[in-house]
Amino acid sequence: MLLMLRNVTKTYSGADTAVLQNVSFDMDAGEMLALTGESGSGKSTLLHLAGGLDTADSGVVALDGVDLTPLPDAGRAALRRGTVGVIFQQFNLVPSLNVAANISLQARLASRHDPAREQSLAQRLGLDAHLHKYPEQLSGGQQQRVAIARTLAPRPKLVLADEPTGNLDETTADTVLDLLCELVGETGAGLVLVTHSERLAKRMGRRLHLRHGQLS
Amino acid sequence: MTRAVFSALLSHWLRNPVQLFTLLAGLALGTALWSGVQAINSEARASYDAAASTLGEGNFTQVAARDSGVIAQQTYIALRRAGWNVSPVIEGRLGAVRIIGIDPVTAPRGMGPLKLGEGADIGVFISGTGQIFARADTLAQLPKGEAQSVVAPDIAPNTAIGDIGLVQRLLNRHGEIDRLIVANNQPLNRRSLADIAPQLVESPAPDGNDVARLTDSFHLNLTAFGLLSFAVGLFIVHGAIGLAFEQRRIMVRTLRALGAPLGRLIELMVVELAILALIAGALGVALGYLIAAALLPDVAATLRGLYGADVSGQLSLRPVWWLSGLAIAFGGTAIAAVGALWSLGAMPLLASAQPRAWAMVRQGYTNIALALGLLVIAGALAQWGQGLIAGFAMLGALLIGGALALPPFLRLVLRLGEAQARSPVAQWFWADTRQQLPGLSLALMALLLAMAANVGVSTMVSSFRLTFTGFLDQRLASELYVRATNADQANAIVGLAAKKADAILPLLSIERPVAGQPAAILGARDHKTYRDNWKFLQAVPGVWDALARGEGVLVNEQLFRRARLGLGDLVTLTPDTSLPVLGIFGDYGNPLGQVVLAENLFVRLFPDVKALRFGLRIAPDQVDDLREALHSQAGVPRDAMIDQASIKAISLEIFERTFTVTTALNILTLAVAGFAILMSLLTLSVMRLPQIAPVWALGLTRRKLATLDMLRTVVLAALTGALALPLGLALAFALLAVVNVEAFGWRLPMYLFPFDYLRLGALALLAAVLAAAWPAWLLSQMPPARLLGVFRHER
Repeated sequence: MLLMLRNVTKTYSGADTAVLQNVSFDMDAGEMLALTGESGSGKSTLLHLAGGLDTADSGVVALDGVDLTPLPDAGRAALRRGTVGVIFQQFNLVPSLNVAANISLQARLASRHDPAREQSLAQRLGLDAHLHKYPEQLSGGQQQRVAIARTLAPRPKLVLADEPTGNLDETTADTVLDLLCELVGETGAGLVLVTHSERLAKRMGRRLHLRHGQLS
Repeated sequence: MTRAVFSALLSHWLRNPVQLFTLLAGLALGTALWSGVQAINSEARASYDAAASTLGEGNFTQVAARDSGVIAQQTYIALRRAGWNVSPVIEGRLGAVRIIGIDPVTAPRGMGPLKLGEGADIGVFISGTGQIFARADTLAQLPKGEAQSVVAPDIAPNTAIGDIGLVQRLLNRHGEIDRLIVANNQPLNRRSLADIAPQLVESPAPDGNDVARLTDSFHLNLTAFGLLSFAVGLFIVHGAIGLAFEQRRIMVRTLRALGAPLGRLIELMVVELAILALIAGALGVALGYLIAAALLPDVAATLRGLYGADVSGQLSLRPVWWLSGLAIAFGGTAIAAVGALWSLGAMPLLASAQPRAWAMVRQGYTNIALALGLLVIAGALAQWGQGLIAGFAMLGALLIGGALALPPFLRLVLRLGEAQARSPVAQWFWADTRQQLPGLSLALMALLLAMAANVGVSTMVSSFRLTFTGFLDQRLASELYVRATNADQANAIVGLAAKKADAILPLLSIERPVAGQPAAILGARDHKTYRDNWKFLQAVPGVWDALARGEGVLVNEQLFRRARLGLGDLVTLTPDTSLPVLGIFGDYGNPLGQVVLAENLFVRLFPDVKALRFGLRIAPDQVDDLREALHSQAGVPRDAMIDQASIKAISLEIFERTFTVTTALNILTLAVAGFAILMSLLTLSVMRLPQIAPVWALGLTRRKLATLDMLRTVVLAALTGALALPLGLALAFALLAVVNVEAFGWRLPMYLFPFDYLRLGALALLAAVLAAAWPAWLLSQMPPARLLGVFRHER
């Protein structure tokens, strides 16, 4: 089992109600899962807990057999660079690094720097002509493709994508998602896609819907 | 991983070279101002140390003639025969060189040039040819062929040492001795000095070096300026590091999200900052060296003229100095970075990572409370604090409190402006200015400190000049001052002057502790010269008449403060003579206490003291004739006669030189503050595009926006100047009335110089306009695509 959540609850300080309540589900390697729900339903929080970016108040979040809850910051950081890849809606590229350096960044952090793979990813994502450009010189779609390449370069076991096409038009969004699914499929990694779009959710093998912090 | 994180961190600087330049330049300039001033100080201090250790005389008791005259060779021999272990010293001037003659055979161990290193040969030293030890530049000023020259770099500038016989010959003073050095080991059964030579007096080893004590005044002021400059630099560095960290929040969050541990990130940022501090510190020390090298000749001349302390005009690289410069750079970076690193460390991984100019300075009541607290502490220290440390603590509290009060003050004024604004552009202008304030606050604080330092230091120096020149008019009222070498010459001077001068004012003097303080007792003739010119800080009615009747004494401010005397308090002059204080006079620059009494009373109390110094009143156009007559007919050396005009001319020249130094430092500090504003504006110009773009889209042209940006900077600089003036005046008051009193025992009156302040205000505005011009020009030329990019990125 790649990802396991058991009775996970999370409440943000100052909030009256829990953003996630007793959420449980399992996910296997190679599985592609869509996570849908209204704004504020807890989708992004769930994604952050699964990726070790945040910690649950109670319950168990286990990734590749490792329980994340008791891990210190350094332990969760190690899991983030070695096992998980997160694609953010806002791309979160490093503005002072060019495209090539951004693509290789996570692989280098994980000590899995492979120039040939990074070159290949750039080519397949249509970025090979932009390798020396900086993020501010790219369009939104191009920046998101750089973020995908960066995430996939170290071959993570689990890819978490938080509305990766939310900032893109429909055509570009389809193209980006096609590429993402294709590339994730090749590595045999699991993919959790957070999306508002019914159309995109239908393209995933499995779908979970969150309503008021609970799976329905 | 470390390499990947480090290269990502460094990429920020490569991508933002202006920011890197700001950081390095801010730190380097702050260090340069500090280390430049310290270099001047340490060089001057090293020169005094060399002077003090040239003979090491300060460590020994000395014997001198009661009447300050010479000691005969026979008296010295009599003392030696009576068992006194004393060694003779003669001192005089050959042109500009102070030449000292000693006897190496009888000199106590640890004194004299024989330890000076290579070239010393006791045989040659005391032989007929003799040796003269001095620095190479000093030796070049001495007559050639008189003795073998030996270069001794450790000897004070313009000082030479030789065998006493040689020096007596060179000075044409055969058989004369100025003083005797008393070795620490003396036979117990020797006869008393009064039995052998009653005309001699023994004075114990002084507590400290008078020259060093006097020059401390100048150094204290320079050190205070150095601290101010460093504070300005610190604000700049704080601003630069704060902005740099703010802009890297996105990167830090991304790196953490990708798996870089927070601890490692902070470690690497500390390493990165240490490297930057090292580079900037080295640059700063080099710049400081250049500043010091440029200013040192003027400082040396000032000290030489003001206090008679010889300072070499050449700078040497002392390890303590450049190491302290680097330490200051590291310390400044650490102080500036600790808050930024703490904030990054505490930033939640999922928090918004957008650069927040508003977060640059903590706002709200905490800062206001801190500012008020510091200002109250400064006031309390001014009122009740004692000692120099309290004085400097007060200065620090005043300046930091004033700086912290600036943002709330500006916010208040900007809110008032916003409330008064009617047109939408005016409303946006005031609101936008308020929004820019946090990002500009640190640079404005640096400007505030620079301006306050300018106002404070120039007020202090100008007040010092006015007071001192006024004081010279009072105290040097006679047209000519003459010093006799012995009683016979004194008689000859009086005889000659009686025919030519309008009045002869003998200056009787004896050094004696008064009220437990080291002091000089002076006897002055009752004459209108004193009555017309002297001004008192406090005096009883009819002070001069009472003084002439011998009913009391005058004391200088130093003695008045140190001995806590007041008008009417009794001062003991001899065991059976105590007289009340009739008046207190200012006596600037003198480290010793002084008591003035009527001439006839002085003669009665100290009958052995003969007047060897005289003030002569004469028409100014006859001064040269009298001087020539005294030289040719009474044998008075030319350098023993000083006329009032030349003393005043020298004093004014000294002040001009002091002004050169302080003006140069003032302009440098102001330039550094202007630079800080420029760099902050450049950094902010990128961060504030999202605020500019919508206003541009709504119809304001880039030129109009650029003009408003210039206007904003001018308004902020003018408001800063408005606060800098009272802060600077408070600083001047602190230096004149608190620090000076604590350090030297006299208080300088404070004068105001409105024209100077206006000129300074204009200079500060000019600096602000120059700083704002480039960012404004960049904005006016910004391609519309760049502004449109804001909307694109906001999608």
